[in-house]
Amino acid sequence: MSLFNARSAWTIYKHELARALRTALQSIIAPLLSTMLYFVVFGAAMGGRMDSGLAGVSYGAFIVPGLLMLTLLSESTSNGAFGIYMPRFTGAIFELLSAPVGFAETLVGFVGAAATKSLVLAAIILGTARFFVDYSIVHPVFVLGFILLVSASFSLFGFILGIWARSFEQVGMVPALFVMPLTFLGGTFYSIDVLPEPWRSIALVNPMVYLVNGLRWCFYDTADFPVMLSLAMTLGFLALCVLIIARIFATGWRLRS
Amino acid sequence: MQNILEIEGLAKTYDGGFTALRGVDLTIRKGEIFALLGPNGAGKTTLIGAVCGLVQPTGGTIRAFGEDMGRHWRRLRRRIGLVPQELSTDMFDSVINTVNYSRGLFGLGPDPDRVEEILRSLSLWDKRKESLRALSGGMKRRVLIAKALAHDPDLLFLDEPTAGVDVELRRDMWRQISALRERGTTIILTTHYIEEAEEMADRVGIIQAGRIRMVEETREIMARLGRTEAVFTLAQPLEVVPEALDSFPLVLASDRLSLVYRGGDGTGQGKAEVARLTKALIATGVDYTAIDIRESNLEEIFVNLLEHADAEGEAA
Repeated sequence: MSLFNARSAWTIYKHELARALRTALQSIIAPLLSTMLYFVVFGAAMGGRMDSGLAGVSYGAFIVPGLLMLTLLSESTSNGAFGIYMPRFTGAIFELLSAPVGFAETLVGFVGAAATKSLVLAAIILGTARFFVDYSIVHPVFVLGFILLVSASFSLFGFILGIWARSFEQVGMVPALFVMPLTFLGGTFYSIDVLPEPWRSIALVNPMVYLVNGLRWCFYDTADFPVMLSLAMTLGFLALCVLIIARIFATGWRLRS
Repeated sequence: MQNILEIEGLAKTYDGGFTALRGVDLTIRKGEIFALLGPNGAGKTTLIGAVCGLVQPTGGTIRAFGEDMGRHWRRLRRRIGLVPQELSTDMFDSVINTVNYSRGLFGLGPDPDRVEEILRSLSLWDKRKESLRALSGGMKRRVLIAKALAHDPDLLFLDEPTAGVDVELRRDMWRQISALRERGTTIILTTHYIEEAEEMADRVGIIQAGRIRMVEETREIMARLGRTEAVFTLAQPLEVVPEALDSFPLVLASDRLSLVYRGGDGTGQGKAEVARLTKALIATGVDYTAIDIRESNLEEIFVNLLEHADAEGEAA
């Protein structure tokens, strides 16, 4: 008997994507619209009067990686969380728990679908941003890889959140109260180097700084910190999330009574 | 007969301290319909949950198809289906999609013919494209059965399958369940409808306060504990029961206008004895104007058993 049932994982993956399509207005159109508004206001309208601090990069182009990261983090977390929270809430989780489906299939199905939704959204945002700001990508393969890594990591984080949460309020609380503010303060609209002390030092404990920084490097080949630091932190976060979820499945915490 | 499920010493105490199962021993035979009866909170759903992977037991062992569930859960769960008590599924999905989802979840590839067969057998084929939320409660329950059958389980758990279902649909479901058994599926059902167990089950188990109180063949339990009651409405009041009728288990009602017979064993002996009693009454000159005969059902037996168990518990 195989330890991984590919068909089960594929079934969960397809089911989750179908659910996203049913709620396309909420899961794709709404985040796309809000991101576009940032591009219009900070990129097209105000960007011409602001300095990005990077040679040859307009302010509108400077904020593209940060805004992309903001959407990725929020949506990946929400998608990952709602994917598992909804069957818990409706009771449909019984089917998953009574099926020959383990940690790996569940993770690949739910987190894979959540990450896919984030990737699709990222592609749409990047395509649409072209209408408002003129940006370039120096390392397109790294951009793809980094987006994939961040989407997967925060979908895993969302998955943990969806298992932890006991109410819809708790599911929505973490992205709204932590992920979004920290990403805002993590250099989405500015370089950390422009912050005066002690704010610069305080900003360094914000993990989102390294994520925004990493993606910005992929776009413009320049960043406030070495890109390997961003990569290491992201990989570390991903590994930590996988370990936590493995532990959750081993103990049945908040899944099995 | 081959055993399909062997449960030994199964215990479950929830985090809050509530003990739902207290060392349950239960063996289910291949191909039978087993009805698990018990009052609310007796441990029926916890027992099913423990076998199906929804509940983590705190003690005991579960063996299905001869293998340990804990070690070989992947292989064994493929052969087990569950219809839960609650209507818990994605209500925005269509009937056919949700059944296909269940099939895929159990690692099986698409099989449109088999899915059509299942949906037709449950009168759901015409509703296959409808969203679940548009269906009636009874139809939703059928969809849950269709989902549980999508991977052709050898052992099927039905947790109160006809709760909240109208009489016509309930009888229709009984026919479906009997048809499943004829195809070789072993069925364990919990129910509050004693009539349901009496109608369908080969064996009945009674669970109370997390303990199995009794497991017996339905026919045997009826034969052993079943009774016939016949009330003769007398044309004239009697002072005492005539001596010629001493061999019958008769009681004269307090108004002295009714003779009450309680006897038999649930296999028809009581009715035969009542027939003999009618002749004896005429022979002894006792005139009567009406006879009301009824058989005790499983519900009465069940209530008596639980009351008896409660009394024993209090005495202890």
